[in-house]
Amino acid sequence: MPEPVLSIRDLTVEFGTEDGVVRAVTGVSYDLYPGEVLGIVGESGSGKSVSMLSVLGLIPQPPGRIVEGTANFEGEDLLKMPKGKLRDVRGGKVSMIFQDPMTSLNPVLTIGDQISEAIKAHRPGTNDNAANSRTVELLEMVGVPFAERRVQQYPHEFSGGMRQRAMIAMAIANDPTILVADEPTTALDVTIQAQIVEVLKAAQRETHAATVLITHDLGLIAELADRVVVMYAGRVVELADVFTIFNAPRHPYTVGLMKSLARLDADQEWLEPIPGQPPSLITPPPGCAFHPRCAQSQGREICRTELPELRPSSDGGDHLSACHFADELTVTHVRVAAGAGG
Amino acid sequence: MSEAVASTQSMGSLNGDEILRVEGLVKHFPIKAGVLKHTVGQVRAVDGVDLAVRRGETLGVVGESGCGKTTLGRTIIKLTEPTAGKIVFDEQDITTYKRRQMRPVRRDIQIVFQDPYASLNPRMTVREIVAEPLRIHGLYRGGEGRRRVEELLRTVGLSPEHGNRFPHEFSGGQRQRIGVARALALNPKMMVLDEPVSALDVSIQAQVVNLLAQLQNEFGLTFLFIAHDLSVVRHVSDRVAVMYLGKIMEVGTREQIYGRPMHPYTQALLSAVPIDSPDQRGKRTRIVLEGDVPSPANPPSGCRFRTRCWKAQEICAQEEPALIPRAGGDHPVACHFAEVMKPLDLVESVAAPQAS
Repeated sequence: MPEPVLSIRDLTVEFGTEDGVVRAVTGVSYDLYPGEVLGIVGESGSGKSVSMLSVLGLIPQPPGRIVEGTANFEGEDLLKMPKGKLRDVRGGKVSMIFQDPMTSLNPVLTIGDQISEAIKAHRPGTNDNAANSRTVELLEMVGVPFAERRVQQYPHEFSGGMRQRAMIAMAIANDPTILVADEPTTALDVTIQAQIVEVLKAAQRETHAATVLITHDLGLIAELADRVVVMYAGRVVELADVFTIFNAPRHPYTVGLMKSLARLDADQEWLEPIPGQPPSLITPPPGCAFHPRCAQSQGREICRTELPELRPSSDGGDHLSACHFADELTVTHVRVAAGAGG
Repeated sequence: MSEAVASTQSMGSLNGDEILRVEGLVKHFPIKAGVLKHTVGQVRAVDGVDLAVRRGETLGVVGESGCGKTTLGRTIIKLTEPTAGKIVFDEQDITTYKRRQMRPVRRDIQIVFQDPYASLNPRMTVREIVAEPLRIHGLYRGGEGRRRVEELLRTVGLSPEHGNRFPHEFSGGQRQRIGVARALALNPKMMVLDEPVSALDVSIQAQVVNLLAQLQNEFGLTFLFIAHDLSVVRHVSDRVAVMYLGKIMEVGTREQIYGRPMHPYTQALLSAVPIDSPDQRGKRTRIVLEGDVPSPANPPSGCRFRTRCWKAQEICAQEEPALIPRAGGDHPVACHFAEVMKPLDLVESVAAPQAS
């Protein structure tokens, strides 16, 4: 295994709110390897975005507070890095694509100016002409038609899909080592989603950037990710390669998530939802946070009293699960991919 | 082809057990500009829709944002007045009904909105919210009304104690249950469900979808289920209508639409959805449409889909294809070049999963 480009260890992040302290992320550790697509999947409030954004210095502090943890990137801890230096890392070696390009693009600057600016900011000495032709080249690469003309347009003159392409162009402008895509297709229609997925694949091929794909969409994960981190209530509950996660998960939450999905390619009599509601992050349940909704716990005491550690499951060191009874889960618990119509 | 002929042919499979029929339904919104607010154009949100819904069935309406599906739902129950066309609900032509005439109709046809945060009054307790339709219709009487509200809360999986709380104390899924309880209060025959689960997390979506199915069984409800999520629509629908730019492109049974789609737009939609199985990577036909949905203020001539369609020929720009059965198929499809294609079939066979 090569050295990871990013190593997050024991990350804990809190937010102060009127109702109390919200533990958005608790004791999260994962590695990102060169060239891979790491999917981080979870429902709202699972901490999937916060875990990454806090590492990049993108959560407001206060109300946010990084309680502990390290995030090792090229020999340095991002969490201890001075603000100015971290700003240079962002948009340079680490770049981001967000869900809503309208809020992340500057409405009063042309698309071309914004991308050129991003290039010049990280490559001092680049002249305007060079930056401009690189901008056009990037926009062409992500499939913006008439790029040469459209660099002069403003974000509101772009459709949602085109804006997302422009965001991707900006994100890959400086050949990033790490590309973070936070719900990159969520706001888009399905036919536009399909276009953006293709652009993302191309961008990844082009830059070989290690990519973090944060999403609630299991379909997107199935399509793009190499390895998957599953988060629930601020913690990592399972980590494995994408085939293992879908075909042989070893955490009851992952199993529940798969079972609750409606399928496009098969008829189902009933869906199997996860019962109950997601837990409060101010007063999370004792022991395993998933136990009140868990089909596997069956009221066993240890689930209420003891926090299960994220540890290798019986099927090998690369498959981690945070469940006391991970080994009870077998392939038969899962809706194994049966193919179309099956 | 005249609209009347098209509509009889396309709806030919339905008969007397239909609860709702719309014919040539049109809803245009004026675009105003200038100080004097001149009308400079029309957004043709719904632009000639024929539909029939059978008693007790779920008709799914799918399409991307801006296709007019939400406007269709709102116009059918007359939350907005139709520009043209005819709406027949339960054998009454309600097209020109005024507010007062609509009142008894509203008992029978209710709507559940997408956003459970915006559609519940934050200052009312859950009990008041669920009781409100009963009060408006003069059906809330003392202890009996109270018992009815408690029964409704239990029906949707909440406890009567929840009645004293306010909407903000509930999660998204629970709020949607409250919205469903309110819609059920008057024992409606039909419900228009406008993206009822799309704001919810997947594990909660499944709870609400199952609740709706259970209520449909229990009370014999008819659903018009409007959504953009093709997987959820497959799961809930008996029949499905696919909309694009204010028109229906294809309508058929679940099996016809998902198993044997004939319209290029339906095929592209189905092929675009990422399927939650990494084993299927690269084993499905992926049709990536070019460009964006054109503006509904200025739809393309002829077939509205032609600007993004890989099959488009000259005739597509000149002649609007009627929604009729074509090419030996048995369901209506509005395409000159309709042809079965199965985007959900795998391109090569998938190895049987390892059962270890």
